[in-house]
Amino acid sequence: MDLASVTRFRTAAARADLHLAEGERLLAGGTWLFSEPQPEVSGLVDLTSLGWAPWEPLPGGGLRVAATCTIAQLLQAPWPSPELPRACADALLMSFKIQHAATVGGNLCLALPAGAMIALAAALAGEAVVWTPDGGERREPVTTFVRGPGLTSLTGGEVLRGVDLPGWALRAATASGRAALTTYGRSAALVIGRRDPDAIALTITASVPRPVVLMLPPAPSERTVRATVAEAGAEVGWYADPHGAPDWRAAQTGRLAVEVCEALS
Amino acid sequence: MILDGVEVAGEPAPGQCLRTWIREQGVTAVKKGCDAGDCGACSVLLDGAPVHSCVTPAVRARGRAVTTAAGLGTPADLSPVQRRFAEAAAFQCGFCTPGWVVTATALAGDDGRVEVEEPERCFKGNLCRCTGYRSIRDALGGVANVEGLDAPEQGGFGRSVAAPAARRVVTGTEPFTLDLPDAGVLHVKLVRSDQAHARVTAIDVSAAEAIEGVVLVLTHRDAPDLLYSTARHESRLDDPDDTRLLDDVVRFRGQRVAAVVAESAAIAERAAALVQVSYEPLPAVFDPEEARSPGAPLLHGDKSPEQSRIAAPERNVVAHTHGEVGDVAAALDSAAYTVTGTWTTGRVTHASLETHGARAWVDDDGVLTVRTSTQVPFLVREELARLLSREPDSVRVVAARVGGGFGGKQELLVEDVVALAALRLAERGDRRPVQLELTREEQFTAVPWRHPMRVSVTLGADADGSLTAMAVDVLSDTGAYGNHAAGVMFHGVHESVAVYRCPHKRVDAEAVYTNNPPSGAFRGYGLGQLIFAIESAMDDLAREVGLSPYELRRRNAVVPGDEFVVNGPADTDLAFGSYGLDQCLDLVEQALDAGAAPPPGEGWRTGTGMALAMIATIPPRGHHSSARVTLEADGTATVEVGTAEFGNGTATVHTQIVAEALGLSPDRVRLVTSDTATSGYDSGAFGSTGSVVAGLAVHRAAEEVRRRLDEPQRPLSATGSSTGSPRSVAFNVHGVRVAVHPATGEVRILDSVQAVDAGVVINPEQLRGQVEGGVAQAIGSALQEEVVVVEGAVQTRTFRNYRLPQLGDVPPTRVLFADTYDTLGPRGAKSMSEAPYNPVAPAIANAVRDAVGRRPRELPMSRDRIWRLTRGES
Repeated sequence: MDLASVTRFRTAAARADLHLAEGERLLAGGTWLFSEPQPEVSGLVDLTSLGWAPWEPLPGGGLRVAATCTIAQLLQAPWPSPELPRACADALLMSFKIQHAATVGGNLCLALPAGAMIALAAALAGEAVVWTPDGGERREPVTTFVRGPGLTSLTGGEVLRGVDLPGWALRAATASGRAALTTYGRSAALVIGRRDPDAIALTITASVPRPVVLMLPPAPSERTVRATVAEAGAEVGWYADPHGAPDWRAAQTGRLAVEVCEALS
Repeated sequence: MILDGVEVAGEPAPGQCLRTWIREQGVTAVKKGCDAGDCGACSVLLDGAPVHSCVTPAVRARGRAVTTAAGLGTPADLSPVQRRFAEAAAFQCGFCTPGWVVTATALAGDDGRVEVEEPERCFKGNLCRCTGYRSIRDALGGVANVEGLDAPEQGGFGRSVAAPAARRVVTGTEPFTLDLPDAGVLHVKLVRSDQAHARVTAIDVSAAEAIEGVVLVLTHRDAPDLLYSTARHESRLDDPDDTRLLDDVVRFRGQRVAAVVAESAAIAERAAALVQVSYEPLPAVFDPEEARSPGAPLLHGDKSPEQSRIAAPERNVVAHTHGEVGDVAAALDSAAYTVTGTWTTGRVTHASLETHGARAWVDDDGVLTVRTSTQVPFLVREELARLLSREPDSVRVVAARVGGGFGGKQELLVEDVVALAALRLAERGDRRPVQLELTREEQFTAVPWRHPMRVSVTLGADADGSLTAMAVDVLSDTGAYGNHAAGVMFHGVHESVAVYRCPHKRVDAEAVYTNNPPSGAFRGYGLGQLIFAIESAMDDLAREVGLSPYELRRRNAVVPGDEFVVNGPADTDLAFGSYGLDQCLDLVEQALDAGAAPPPGEGWRTGTGMALAMIATIPPRGHHSSARVTLEADGTATVEVGTAEFGNGTATVHTQIVAEALGLSPDRVRLVTSDTATSGYDSGAFGSTGSVVAGLAVHRAAEEVRRRLDEPQRPLSATGSSTGSPRSVAFNVHGVRVAVHPATGEVRILDSVQAVDAGVVINPEQLRGQVEGGVAQAIGSALQEEVVVVEGAVQTRTFRNYRLPQLGDVPPTRVLFADTYDTLGPRGAKSMSEAPYNPVAPAIANAVRDAVGRRPRELPMSRDRIWRLTRGES
């Protein structure tokens, strides 16, 4: 939709252009920004003109995914096994047309509980790379970068540059499961398991307000899985919104966690 | 930028999306369905890649090629994909169609067919509210369903003739209401209440008026001191006069408080944010049971019951009926079997892809002209004239093709504001048109939805399963205003109860004001809510008695010769013009037995269910239409008729009726419709009257022309009229087989069959489409759609949060036709637009009950609710 209050549009050509004036917002794909009224926004600063490579290899077989990498570009990255990124892209509410424009960074910064790129990055031990206003950089696990619904650790002047996914995580076996009120609707619970040498890392999103990663022993019993998930959910609180009642989400998360652990054991 | 092959210059505004930029260039093939990236009606190809232009910053398209549906082909030279959509009849209102065509083009082969692994996933970003998606799947797969697209000499009455607008719809060139040039047009933005119940103590518009480009701000001080109802009926006395154009009391969050008129929509929006409203909060009530209890805050306590036609303003009751035939208590005492239960239904929005919108101006002759997306142009004209103290002749209301209605456009929701603004400006010598187009968020938060109801049913039967007693108690939440409250309540308890022969009946029903946003007319008009409860109770009774649900209905449903009884004297203008219920029951029972699909896997439980529905073919108390058919000198025919085409297919039906009567090919029949200046009076397109009332008037006019064909003069004109009485009855029976997954609560429809008694079928493909669309809308209401409201505040304000059914949510439904001839309808036909919706939810609920042994009592039967149900929780 038209953003009636926006009167300025800047195209960033260099890092210095990312210093925002009052009322300015960074624009990546724009698929969320243009989908809701933004009465507080008076200017847009286009990030995509910085020309960041959508993804770059990291030492050790890892990947750096730029914040401006679109979902469609992400799927073209050299994944050791493409199933998990495919499943996470499919878990997104929006159609393939939106995936041509929507970005990984946009999904992370929106910080929705159902943000499937958050889930993907958290499940693959992703680290957010954040440009700080002093010209420096800080790194933080995605699991703490996203703090709650609509809330990240970004402070004034900081910009999400990308997310680094380590090679060991990319090479790990993974499994995932998803619940939603409709088959292709917004996720109500998304559970991803990663098989590490001596553990299963279980990442829970959509049913909780922020990503939760649980470390379970290899081949855990169903009882252990359910108890661990229930305890973690109780601690952060099961998320409530029109996409599913909290008690149902808790049950679905437990069920999916058991299925995912079985698949990885 | 290259737009549809043409270089365009100019600079978009900084916050402008590509959709409005394209429309500013005069290309209106991109539609606004949601403006939020959900519905796909604005899809375009950007350098060949499909995107939603509403969430694409316009500046991103600089120097690139943008292609809309209008750039892919023309009506005379359809692209392969456009041809597939036209041949499949893959649209009804057609508002979403250009977006489908563009998206499909991105995925299609040279032959226009789309072969993808998972169309459900590919097309989750394209929503259609009308069709139920089967015909769209046919278009994608290359299945042709209509004739006459290339050979217009073919196809008369009873044939699957293509819609006259097909070629324009698939190319995005059929003009909808606001598909007009935008230059010099003023735009309205409404200031809305954030209070559920409050008195407006002050409105400061000075900051808004100071913005350059603002031309007018309207508040309650400018509104006529006259009460009316947004609901429109043939008799304006059907609805309470409880609404002011702009009021100094707000009764729901979202009620309009002021209207800002400016030289652009963006200026109006910025200025509206600067209007300062001071409120004195009043106590509010959100629960209808509380609202009618002693001590509750009164919403319309200041109004006269007689003058405003409110049943009991002192207890928030806008309409009620309490009545009994026979002695229900005694009959229940002596019944061999009794069942009882209470059911509730949720809020459902119409979700027509085109939002409400209107444009008004005063023309050179001083006529106030309102072009609006309405189902009822004549009724809007009558009320606007009254409200603005003008002669009806000095008001002209015109509807273009309407982008979906479902009852939502049987209301006066935007026309009054633009009309008042246009008149005010004309008084100042400013004749610029004034336009108001609601946002999708406003559609969710500020315009009427389906009445939520609580319905209790008690049934008694003798040892043979013959009904002896029926008691129904209804509480309907009409929200802050009583538009359609009485009509929906009375209709809701009518055919649902009258369909059963039973000597002792009692019905108590009340429609109650609350501080929730208003409810209104919705497909089925109350029957869906009642039939959900009554047909669920009948299913319980069948189990008690030990009869099949079909047999129980056969034993108790009315047959010709019976009277139609609710809770008082029988109806006098309702008659059996035909009767096909017996056939419908047989057809569904046999078809469902034959199609026993297996469960999807382990852990699923399967069950079957059915329900019936009866509907009067025409609304009560008169529905009028007057049509003119003219045989021109060149051998073509012109039809002038006042009803509106909103996806119901009347344009096709009227064409077929005239073509058949005069022996013409359909392409030689021209329609002039829905314009109060050129057409005879028509009550409007509601209550499924486009075929049986307007169609009958057209039929009579055409027959008169035919009788006079020997006369030499051309043009040769005749008129025909229809008064909507007596009325007939139509029947629908729905059957489903479902699988329920207790672990997730998912209900999967394995087989879905609906048999319809529509009399003689005028256009089989079109009728099938109407039925499928009604079934799909009902599946949405039954399983997934819900406007969530907390303390009068809407939580679900977008399609994505509301879960409008997508391609992947709607299973195929087999549609079967009973073979009947109606003595009251045109050439034996009956209406069949809203009726298919009504029996679906109880059929699914009964199948879930069969599968899991517990009965769902609340709509929607969402996965979380069914999961709880299977665990014995509620």
